[in-house]
Amino acid sequence: MNPSVDALRATFGSAIGRALESCGDTIVYVRRDALLQVLAWLRDTPDQRYDYLVDITAVEYRDRERPLEVVYSVRSLERRVDLRVKVELDAEADLVVDSVVPLWRGADWLERETFDMFGITFRGHPDLRRILMWETYAEGYPLRKDFPLRGRFSRAEQVRQALAANPEAHYSMEELSIAEAYGELSPEMKERLRRGERGKLAGSE
Amino acid sequence: MKRVMATKEVAGQNPNYLLAKVQDLVDWAVNSSRANSLWPMPFGTACCAIEFMATAASRFDFARFGMERQAYSPRQADVLICAGRLPFKLAPVIRRIYDQMPQPKWVISMGACSSTGGIFDNYAMVQGIDTIVPVDVYVPGCPPRPEGLLYGILLLHKKIKGESLFDQVRRRDEQPLDDRGLRLPPETIDEISEPFGNSVHQFRSA
Repeated sequence: MNPSVDALRATFGSAIGRALESCGDTIVYVRRDALLQVLAWLRDTPDQRYDYLVDITAVEYRDRERPLEVVYSVRSLERRVDLRVKVELDAEADLVVDSVVPLWRGADWLERETFDMFGITFRGHPDLRRILMWETYAEGYPLRKDFPLRGRFSRAEQVRQALAANPEAHYSMEELSIAEAYGELSPEMKERLRRGERGKLAGSE
Repeated sequence: MKRVMATKEVAGQNPNYLLAKVQDLVDWAVNSSRANSLWPMPFGTACCAIEFMATAASRFDFARFGMERQAYSPRQADVLICAGRLPFKLAPVIRRIYDQMPQPKWVISMGACSSTGGIFDNYAMVQGIDTIVPVDVYVPGCPPRPEGLLYGILLLHKKIKGESLFDQVRRRDEQPLDDRGLRLPPETIDEISEPFGNSVHQFRSA
Protein backbone atom coordinates (compact mmCIF):
# COMPACT_ATOMS: atom_id res chain seq x y z
CA MET A 1 0.00 0.00 0.00
CA ASN A 2 1.28 3.41 -1.00
CA PRO A 3 2.19 5.46 2.14
CA SER A 4 0.56 8.51 0.54
CA VAL A 5 -2.82 7.05 1.54
CA ASP A 6 -2.03 7.38 5.25
CA ALA A 7 -0.75 10.90 4.69
CA LEU A 8 -3.98 11.72 2.85
CA ARG A 9 -6.11 10.34 5.69
CA ALA A 10 -4.13 12.35 8.22
CA THR A 11 -4.62 15.54 6.23
CA PHE A 12 -8.16 15.24 4.83
CA GLY A 13 -9.84 12.84 7.26
CA SER A 14 -13.32 11.82 6.19
CA ALA A 15 -12.91 13.15 2.61
CA ILE A 16 -10.82 10.08 1.88
CA GLY A 17 -12.82 6.93 1.36
CA ARG A 18 -11.62 3.34 1.15
CA ALA A 19 -8.26 2.43 -0.35
CA LEU A 20 -7.20 -0.84 -1.94
CA GLU A 21 -4.29 -2.33 -3.79
CA SER A 22 -4.74 -3.88 -7.22
CA CYS A 23 -1.95 -5.39 -9.33
CA GLY A 24 0.63 -3.44 -7.36
CA ASP A 25 -1.15 -0.10 -7.81
CA THR A 26 -2.81 1.73 -4.98
CA ILE A 27 -6.33 3.03 -5.57
CA VAL A 28 -7.79 5.60 -3.24
CA TYR A 29 -11.38 6.87 -3.32
CA VAL A 30 -11.95 10.55 -2.72
CA ARG A 31 -15.17 12.43 -2.01
CA ARG A 32 -16.24 14.51 -4.96
CA ASP A 33 -16.16 17.94 -3.34
CA ALA A 34 -12.64 17.40 -1.98
CA LEU A 35 -11.11 16.22 -5.27
CA LEU A 36 -9.46 19.45 -6.32
CA GLN A 37 -7.87 20.07 -2.90
CA VAL A 38 -6.64 16.48 -2.68
CA LEU A 39 -5.03 16.52 -6.11
CA ALA A 40 -3.49 19.95 -5.50
CA TRP A 41 -2.12 18.68 -2.19
CA LEU A 42 -0.71 15.56 -3.85
CA ARG A 43 0.96 17.68 -6.50
CA ASP A 44 2.42 20.41 -4.28
CA THR A 45 3.33 18.80 -0.95
CA PRO A 46 7.13 18.36 -0.83
CA ASP A 47 7.22 14.68 0.15
CA GLN A 48 4.36 13.72 -2.23
CA ARG A 49 5.14 15.57 -5.48
CA TYR A 50 2.78 13.71 -7.81
CA ASP A 51 3.64 16.15 -10.55
CA TYR A 52 2.58 14.19 -13.65
CA LEU A 53 -1.03 13.50 -14.62
CA VAL A 54 -0.89 10.26 -16.61
CA ASP A 55 -4.52 9.87 -17.59
CA ILE A 56 -8.11 10.74 -16.82
CA THR A 57 -10.80 8.27 -17.71
CA ALA A 58 -14.05 6.90 -16.34
CA VAL A 59 -15.58 3.51 -15.61
CA GLU A 60 -19.18 2.40 -15.69
CA TYR A 61 -19.82 -1.07 -14.32
CA ARG A 62 -22.31 -3.57 -15.64
CA ASP A 63 -23.74 -3.70 -12.14
CA ARG A 64 -26.28 -0.86 -12.19
CA GLU A 65 -26.00 -0.47 -8.40
CA ARG A 66 -22.37 0.61 -8.62
CA PRO A 67 -21.74 4.29 -9.29
CA LEU A 68 -19.73 5.67 -12.20
CA GLU A 69 -16.09 6.32 -11.37
CA VAL A 70 -13.81 9.01 -12.69
CA VAL A 71 -10.21 7.79 -12.55
CA TYR A 72 -7.16 10.02 -12.21
CA SER A 73 -3.76 8.33 -12.63
CA VAL A 74 -0.99 10.49 -11.21
CA ARG A 75 2.72 9.79 -11.03
CA SER A 76 5.66 11.32 -9.27
CA LEU A 77 8.40 11.47 -11.86
CA GLU A 78 10.92 12.32 -9.18
CA ARG A 79 10.02 9.56 -6.69
CA ARG A 80 8.86 7.07 -9.35
CA VAL A 81 5.60 6.30 -7.56
CA ASP A 82 2.13 5.86 -9.04
CA LEU A 83 -1.20 6.58 -7.41
CA ARG A 84 -4.73 6.17 -8.73
CA VAL A 85 -7.39 8.50 -7.39
CA LYS A 86 -11.04 7.70 -8.00
CA VAL A 87 -14.20 9.74 -7.56
CA GLU A 88 -17.60 8.05 -7.45
CA LEU A 89 -20.52 9.70 -9.23
CA ASP A 90 -24.15 8.66 -8.91
CA ALA A 91 -25.46 8.06 -12.45
CA GLU A 92 -29.00 8.98 -11.34
CA ALA A 93 -27.87 12.37 -10.03
CA ASP A 94 -25.78 14.91 -11.92
CA LEU A 95 -22.52 13.73 -13.48
CA VAL A 96 -20.44 16.73 -12.53
CA VAL A 97 -16.90 16.89 -11.19
CA ASP A 98 -14.39 19.72 -10.83
CA SER A 99 -11.98 20.21 -13.69
CA VAL A 100 -8.28 19.77 -12.93
CA VAL A 101 -7.14 21.93 -15.85
CA PRO A 102 -6.04 24.62 -13.33
CA LEU A 103 -3.62 22.04 -11.88
CA TRP A 104 -2.47 20.31 -15.06
CA ARG A 105 -2.85 22.06 -18.41
CA GLY A 106 -2.62 18.65 -20.06
CA ALA A 107 -5.93 17.61 -18.52
CA ASP A 108 -7.69 19.66 -21.20
CA TRP A 109 -8.07 16.95 -23.88
CA LEU A 110 -8.28 14.11 -21.35
CA GLU A 111 -11.35 15.68 -19.79
CA ARG A 112 -12.81 16.43 -23.20
CA GLU A 113 -12.45 12.76 -24.14
CA THR A 114 -14.08 11.63 -20.90
CA PHE A 115 -16.90 14.09 -21.51
CA ASP A 116 -17.28 12.88 -25.10
CA MET A 117 -17.43 9.19 -24.22
CA PHE A 118 -19.23 9.24 -20.84
CA GLY A 119 -21.05 12.56 -20.68
CA ILE A 120 -19.37 13.64 -17.47
CA THR A 121 -19.29 17.42 -17.10
CA PHE A 122 -16.07 18.93 -15.80
CA ARG A 123 -16.94 22.11 -13.95
CA GLY A 124 -14.51 24.92 -14.80
CA HIS A 125 -13.10 23.36 -17.97
CA PRO A 126 -12.17 26.19 -20.38
CA ASP A 127 -13.47 24.54 -23.56
CA LEU A 128 -15.56 21.44 -22.90
CA ARG A 129 -16.50 20.11 -26.35
CA ARG A 130 -16.58 16.69 -27.97
CA ILE A 131 -13.15 15.62 -29.16
CA LEU A 132 -13.50 12.19 -30.82
CA MET A 133 -17.03 12.38 -32.18
CA TRP A 134 -18.04 15.39 -34.22
CA GLU A 135 -19.67 18.48 -32.76
CA THR A 136 -23.20 17.74 -33.92
CA TYR A 137 -23.13 14.07 -32.86
CA ALA A 138 -26.61 13.46 -31.46
CA GLU A 139 -26.67 9.80 -30.42
CA GLY A 140 -25.34 10.21 -26.90
CA TYR A 141 -22.24 9.02 -25.11
CA PRO A 142 -20.79 5.86 -26.72
CA LEU A 143 -19.01 4.25 -23.76
CA ARG A 144 -22.03 4.31 -21.49
CA LYS A 145 -23.57 0.93 -20.77
CA ASP A 146 -27.00 1.94 -22.09
CA PHE A 147 -25.50 2.86 -25.49
CA PRO A 148 -26.09 0.19 -28.16
CA LEU A 149 -22.94 -1.03 -29.90
CA ARG A 150 -24.12 0.12 -33.32
CA GLY A 151 -25.48 3.43 -32.14
CA ARG A 152 -29.07 4.55 -31.70
CA PHE A 153 -29.91 5.57 -35.28
CA SER A 154 -30.20 3.45 -38.39
CA ARG A 155 -27.17 3.24 -40.64
CA ALA A 156 -28.79 5.40 -43.30
CA GLU A 157 -29.56 8.09 -40.74
CA GLN A 158 -26.00 7.89 -39.41
CA VAL A 159 -24.60 8.33 -42.94
CA ARG A 160 -26.91 11.25 -43.57
CA GLN A 161 -25.98 12.99 -40.31
CA ALA A 162 -22.27 12.35 -40.81
CA LEU A 163 -22.39 13.84 -44.31
CA ALA A 164 -24.23 16.87 -43.00
CA ALA A 165 -21.46 17.58 -40.48
CA ASN A 166 -19.00 20.36 -41.21
CA PRO A 167 -15.41 19.00 -41.13
CA GLU A 168 -14.01 22.37 -40.03
CA ALA A 169 -16.32 22.44 -37.03
CA HIS A 170 -14.06 19.96 -35.24
CA TYR A 171 -11.47 22.66 -34.70
CA SER A 172 -11.46 25.32 -32.06
CA MET A 173 -10.47 28.84 -32.95
CA GLU A 174 -7.06 28.16 -31.36
CA GLU A 175 -6.49 25.19 -33.59
CA LEU A 176 -7.56 27.24 -36.57
CA SER A 177 -5.11 29.96 -35.52
CA ILE A 178 -2.33 27.66 -36.79
CA ALA A 179 -3.77 28.28 -40.22
CA GLU A 180 -3.85 31.98 -39.52
CA ALA A 181 -0.07 31.98 -39.26
CA TYR A 182 -0.07 31.17 -42.96
CA GLY A 183 -2.55 33.83 -43.83
CA GLU A 184 -5.11 31.27 -44.92
CA LEU A 185 -8.03 32.37 -42.79
CA SER A 186 -10.87 34.47 -44.07
CA PRO A 187 -11.04 38.05 -42.73
CA GLU A 188 -14.28 37.20 -40.93
CA MET A 189 -12.63 34.29 -39.13
CA LYS A 190 -9.57 36.37 -38.27
CA GLU A 191 -11.87 38.96 -36.76
CA ARG A 192 -13.59 36.37 -34.58
CA LEU A 193 -10.22 34.93 -33.63
CA ARG A 194 -9.16 38.39 -32.53
CA ARG A 195 -12.31 38.71 -30.40
CA GLY A 196 -11.42 35.37 -28.77
CA GLU A 197 -14.57 33.45 -29.70
CA ARG A 198 -13.90 29.76 -29.34
CA GLY A 199 -15.29 26.72 -31.07
CA LYS A 200 -18.01 28.56 -32.94
CA LEU A 201 -18.42 28.72 -36.67
CA ALA A 202 -20.52 30.87 -38.93
CA GLY A 203 -24.06 29.53 -39.17
CA SER A 204 -23.66 27.20 -36.19
CA GLU A 205 -25.83 29.35 -33.92
CA MET B 1 -6.09 -3.45 -80.55
CA LYS B 2 -7.38 -6.82 -81.64
CA ARG B 3 -10.89 -5.86 -80.64
CA VAL B 4 -10.68 -2.55 -82.48
CA MET B 5 -9.20 -3.64 -85.79
CA ALA B 6 -9.89 -6.47 -88.10
CA THR B 7 -7.69 -7.47 -91.00
CA LYS B 8 -9.51 -8.35 -94.12
CA GLU B 9 -7.99 -10.76 -96.55
CA VAL B 10 -9.07 -10.34 -100.09
CA ALA B 11 -8.18 -13.19 -102.31
CA GLY B 12 -5.41 -12.64 -104.75
CA GLN B 13 -4.58 -9.10 -103.67
CA ASN B 14 -1.47 -7.86 -101.98
CA PRO B 15 -1.30 -6.08 -99.59
CA ASN B 16 -4.39 -6.97 -97.57
CA TYR B 17 -6.53 -4.29 -95.90
CA LEU B 18 -6.68 -3.17 -92.28
CA LEU B 19 -10.12 -1.95 -91.24
CA ALA B 20 -11.42 -0.16 -88.14
CA LYS B 21 -14.27 2.09 -87.12
CA VAL B 22 -13.20 5.65 -86.30
CA GLN B 23 -15.25 5.51 -83.09
CA ASP B 24 -13.44 2.40 -81.94
CA LEU B 25 -10.08 3.96 -82.75
CA VAL B 26 -10.95 7.07 -80.74
CA ASP B 27 -12.18 4.95 -77.82
CA TRP B 28 -9.07 2.85 -78.00
CA ALA B 29 -6.79 5.91 -77.94
CA VAL B 30 -8.69 7.69 -75.15
CA ASN B 31 -9.12 4.62 -72.96
CA SER B 32 -5.53 3.47 -73.37
CA SER B 33 -4.19 6.84 -72.37
CA ARG B 34 -6.56 7.02 -69.42
CA ALA B 35 -5.87 3.51 -68.20
CA ASN B 36 -2.11 3.69 -68.61
CA SER B 37 -1.61 6.98 -66.82
CA LEU B 38 -3.89 6.72 -63.79
CA TRP B 39 -2.83 9.14 -61.11
CA PRO B 40 -3.85 7.80 -57.70
CA MET B 41 -5.12 9.92 -54.84
CA PRO B 42 -4.21 7.92 -51.74
CA PHE B 43 -6.68 8.16 -48.87
CA GLY B 44 -4.88 6.04 -46.29
CA THR B 45 -6.53 5.81 -42.89
CA ALA B 46 -5.23 2.58 -41.38
CA CYS B 47 -3.07 -0.51 -41.83
CA CYS B 48 -4.11 -0.92 -45.49
CA ALA B 49 -2.17 2.28 -46.12
CA ILE B 50 1.02 0.45 -45.07
CA GLU B 51 0.40 -2.12 -47.79
CA PHE B 52 -0.42 0.73 -50.15
CA MET B 53 2.98 2.27 -49.40
CA ALA B 54 4.63 -1.08 -50.03
CA THR B 55 2.81 -1.22 -53.36
CA ALA B 56 4.14 2.22 -54.24
CA ALA B 57 7.69 1.41 -53.16
CA SER B 58 10.43 -0.24 -55.18
CA ARG B 59 9.69 -3.97 -54.83
CA PHE B 60 6.13 -3.83 -56.19
CA ASP B 61 6.18 -0.34 -57.69
CA PHE B 62 2.83 0.52 -59.26
CA ALA B 63 4.67 3.10 -61.37
CA ARG B 64 5.10 0.14 -63.73
CA PHE B 65 1.40 0.50 -64.51
CA GLY B 66 1.49 4.21 -65.24
CA MET B 67 0.84 5.41 -61.67
CA GLU B 68 4.17 7.16 -61.47
CA ARG B 69 2.83 10.32 -59.94
CA GLN B 70 0.85 10.09 -56.74
CA ALA B 71 -1.42 13.08 -56.59
CA TYR B 72 -1.73 14.38 -53.08
CA SER B 73 -4.18 16.92 -54.41
CA PRO B 74 -7.57 15.65 -55.58
CA ARG B 75 -7.53 18.25 -58.37
CA GLN B 76 -4.87 16.32 -60.27
CA ALA B 77 -6.05 12.80 -59.51
CA ASP B 78 -7.88 10.14 -61.51
CA VAL B 79 -8.40 7.32 -59.05
CA LEU B 80 -9.19 7.60 -55.35
CA ILE B 81 -7.75 4.68 -53.40
CA CYS B 82 -9.40 4.46 -49.99
CA ALA B 83 -7.00 2.31 -47.93
CA GLY B 84 -8.38 1.61 -44.49
CA ARG B 85 -11.51 1.90 -42.38
CA LEU B 86 -13.55 5.05 -42.69
CA PRO B 87 -15.09 6.49 -39.52
CA PHE B 88 -18.23 8.60 -39.83
CA LYS B 89 -16.17 11.64 -38.88
CA LEU B 90 -14.19 11.25 -42.13
CA ALA B 91 -17.28 10.67 -44.29
CA PRO B 92 -17.73 14.35 -45.26
CA VAL B 93 -13.98 14.58 -45.92
CA ILE B 94 -13.84 11.73 -48.42
CA ARG B 95 -17.02 12.99 -50.05
CA ARG B 96 -15.46 16.42 -50.49
CA ILE B 97 -12.24 14.92 -51.89
CA TYR B 98 -14.25 12.84 -54.34
CA ASP B 99 -16.27 15.86 -55.41
CA GLN B 100 -13.07 17.84 -55.96
CA MET B 101 -11.63 15.26 -58.36
CA PRO B 102 -12.15 16.10 -62.04
CA GLN B 103 -14.06 13.80 -64.36
CA PRO B 104 -13.41 11.07 -65.33
CA LYS B 105 -12.68 9.55 -61.91
CA TRP B 106 -12.61 6.11 -60.41
CA VAL B 107 -12.52 4.73 -56.88
CA ILE B 108 -10.76 1.66 -55.54
CA SER B 109 -11.93 0.47 -52.14
CA MET B 110 -8.94 -1.30 -50.62
CA GLY B 111 -9.48 -3.80 -47.83
CA ALA B 112 -12.33 -5.33 -45.91
CA CYS B 113 -13.10 -2.33 -43.67
CA SER B 114 -13.25 0.11 -46.53
CA SER B 115 -15.47 -2.20 -48.57
CA THR B 116 -17.89 -3.43 -45.89
CA GLY B 117 -16.92 -2.04 -42.51
CA GLY B 118 -15.04 -5.27 -41.79
CA ILE B 119 -14.80 -6.18 -38.14
CA PHE B 120 -15.88 -2.70 -37.11
CA ASP B 121 -19.64 -3.15 -37.07
CA ASN B 122 -20.13 -0.39 -34.52
CA TYR B 123 -21.45 3.11 -33.97
CA ALA B 124 -18.40 4.96 -35.31
CA MET B 125 -17.67 3.27 -38.63
CA VAL B 126 -19.04 3.65 -42.15
CA GLN B 127 -20.25 0.24 -43.33
CA GLY B 128 -18.60 0.35 -46.74
CA ILE B 129 -17.52 3.52 -48.51
CA ASP B 130 -19.94 2.77 -51.35
CA THR B 131 -22.56 4.42 -49.14
CA ILE B 132 -20.53 7.65 -49.48
CA VAL B 133 -18.88 7.52 -52.91
CA PRO B 134 -19.41 5.16 -55.88
CA VAL B 135 -16.80 2.39 -55.99
CA ASP B 136 -15.37 0.70 -59.10
CA VAL B 137 -13.10 -1.99 -57.70
CA TYR B 138 -13.25 -3.68 -54.30
CA VAL B 139 -10.00 -5.28 -53.15
CA PRO B 140 -10.65 -7.86 -50.41
CA GLY B 141 -8.16 -8.65 -47.68
CA CYS B 142 -7.27 -7.56 -44.18
CA PRO B 143 -5.07 -5.95 -45.35
CA PRO B 144 -4.67 -7.04 -48.99
CA ARG B 145 -1.14 -7.87 -50.08
CA PRO B 146 0.45 -5.52 -52.63
CA GLU B 147 -0.21 -8.16 -55.29
CA GLY B 148 -3.90 -7.88 -54.41
CA LEU B 149 -3.93 -4.12 -54.88
CA LEU B 150 -2.01 -4.46 -58.16
CA TYR B 151 -4.58 -6.97 -59.36
CA GLY B 152 -7.32 -4.51 -58.43
CA ILE B 153 -5.55 -1.78 -60.40
CA LEU B 154 -5.27 -4.09 -63.41
CA LEU B 155 -8.98 -4.87 -63.11
CA LEU B 156 -9.64 -1.14 -63.13
CA HIS B 157 -7.49 -0.86 -66.28
CA LYS B 158 -9.67 -3.51 -67.84
CA LYS B 159 -12.82 -1.66 -66.84
CA ILE B 160 -11.55 1.65 -68.21
CA LYS B 161 -10.59 0.02 -71.49
CA GLY B 162 -14.15 -1.23 -71.83
CA GLU B 163 -15.68 2.25 -71.59
CA SER B 164 -16.82 4.19 -74.60
CA LEU B 165 -17.37 7.83 -75.42
CA PHE B 166 -20.05 7.02 -78.01
CA ASP B 167 -21.88 3.96 -76.73
CA GLN B 168 -24.59 5.13 -74.31
CA VAL B 169 -24.49 1.84 -72.43
CA ARG B 170 -20.76 1.83 -71.90
CA ARG B 171 -20.52 5.57 -71.35
CA ARG B 172 -19.59 6.81 -67.91
CA ASP B 173 -21.60 9.72 -66.53
CA GLU B 174 -21.60 11.54 -63.25
CA GLN B 175 -24.03 9.89 -60.87
CA PRO B 176 -26.20 12.59 -59.34
CA LEU B 177 -26.81 12.64 -55.60
CA ASP B 178 -30.34 12.34 -54.33
CA ASP B 179 -31.74 15.23 -52.28
CA ARG B 180 -30.77 13.54 -49.00
CA GLY B 181 -27.13 13.51 -50.07
CA LEU B 182 -26.95 9.72 -50.12
CA ARG B 183 -25.44 7.61 -52.90
CA LEU B 184 -27.73 4.68 -52.16
CA PRO B 185 -31.34 4.54 -50.95
CA PRO B 186 -31.60 4.32 -47.14
CA GLU B 187 -33.14 0.84 -47.29
CA THR B 188 -30.15 -0.41 -49.29
CA ILE B 189 -27.71 1.10 -46.80
CA ASP B 190 -29.58 -0.60 -43.97
CA GLU B 191 -29.61 -3.85 -45.86
CA ILE B 192 -25.94 -4.04 -46.83
CA SER B 193 -24.95 -3.18 -43.27
CA GLU B 194 -27.19 -5.87 -41.81
CA PRO B 195 -26.14 -6.83 -38.27
CA PHE B 196 -24.62 -10.26 -37.86
CA GLY B 197 -24.63 -12.47 -34.77
CA ASN B 198 -24.02 -10.22 -31.81
CA SER B 199 -25.55 -9.77 -28.41
CA VAL B 200 -26.63 -6.19 -29.07
CA HIS B 201 -30.19 -5.90 -30.35
CA GLN B 202 -31.50 -2.80 -31.97
CA PHE B 203 -34.03 -1.76 -34.57
CA ARG B 204 -32.35 -0.74 -37.80
CA SER B 205 -34.89 1.64 -39.25
CA ALA B 206 -35.17 4.08 -36.39
